[in-house]
Amino acid sequence: MVVVLASLVTPALAQVAAEGAWSRATAPRQAVGAAYVTLNSASADRLVAASSPVAAQVRVHGMTMDGTVMKMREAPGIPLAAGQVVRLAPGGLHIMLMGLKAPLKPGDEVPLRLTFEHAPPLDIVAVVQPATATGPAR
Amino acid sequence: MVPAALLAAALGGTAGYMALQDEPVVPIGGPFTLLDGTGKTVTDRDFRGRVMLVYFGYTHCPDACPTALADMVAAADMLGDRAHGLAMVFITVDPERDTPAIMKDYVTPFGAPIAALSGAPDAVADAMRAYRVYAARNPTADGYDMDHSSIIYVMDRTGRFVTNFTHETPPQQMADRLRPLL
Repeated sequence: MVVVLASLVTPALAQVAAEGAWSRATAPRQAVGAAYVTLNSASADRLVAASSPVAAQVRVHGMTMDGTVMKMREAPGIPLAAGQVVRLAPGGLHIMLMGLKAPLKPGDEVPLRLTFEHAPPLDIVAVVQPATATGPAR
Repeated sequence: MVPAALLAAALGGTAGYMALQDEPVVPIGGPFTLLDGTGKTVTDRDFRGRVMLVYFGYTHCPDACPTALADMVAAADMLGDRAHGLAMVFITVDPERDTPAIMKDYVTPFGAPIAALSGAPDAVADAMRAYRVYAARNPTADGYDMDHSSIIYVMDRTGRFVTNFTHETPPQQMADRLRPLL
């Protein structure tokens, strides 16, 4: 079944599915925020960049723990293996929103354009959840 | 009492604190003197009688820090009324950018009583040293991020280190560990 479906997907039509996009509410004068999303690419691909009108700059971030020390670095893209679910989630991979133009309030919608190595750009909307949220609204 | 206090002062910081405890104590934690968002001086002694959750981070931190704070608040919610015996303390490792007022703003959306503390660089450095916190600037194209220890320290009602969590510890696990201490 999987083989049959995969054979129907040509590289030119390769798509990435995104779901559960959300962002965390921020405070007045808070310069940065984060957005999270779950991605599933039909074919091997890479999330290389993101942009949003709510922020001056957007970076795709990996976060590693070196023992107990958190090190956040701009990732050289996030690899998306064919058919594998990749979760950007608190405490790990995230989209960093830098230079927020206004505080993100619960219920706000943050437009994001995700750019991939192969798939066409994907426009998604991350819904802002309360600061205490641990994931998207159900 | 007075000689003990003098001894502590003479030895300084955690070392003096340990010397006062006639039992094995992990050498983590100690005195700090910082500022809250109203400019009021806040010290470790202000939290005696409550179990402290102490987290060091910074406000330009998009992921680990808000995750840790959200998890602490979630754990406190699970503890219900017992959470009154809990003091959540967030101390910046980036005093240059994180003024006391910015720290205060940062914790507001969490809707919980989190003491958000900053201070002069020396005062912050002293607090970090007491808690064995590591932090270093990682330059970026337009400024810097901070690499930093992402640890939630649990200090008992007398200010002694009990255990620690990280921003990856599930809130339920935090609540279960905290309940007998409260």
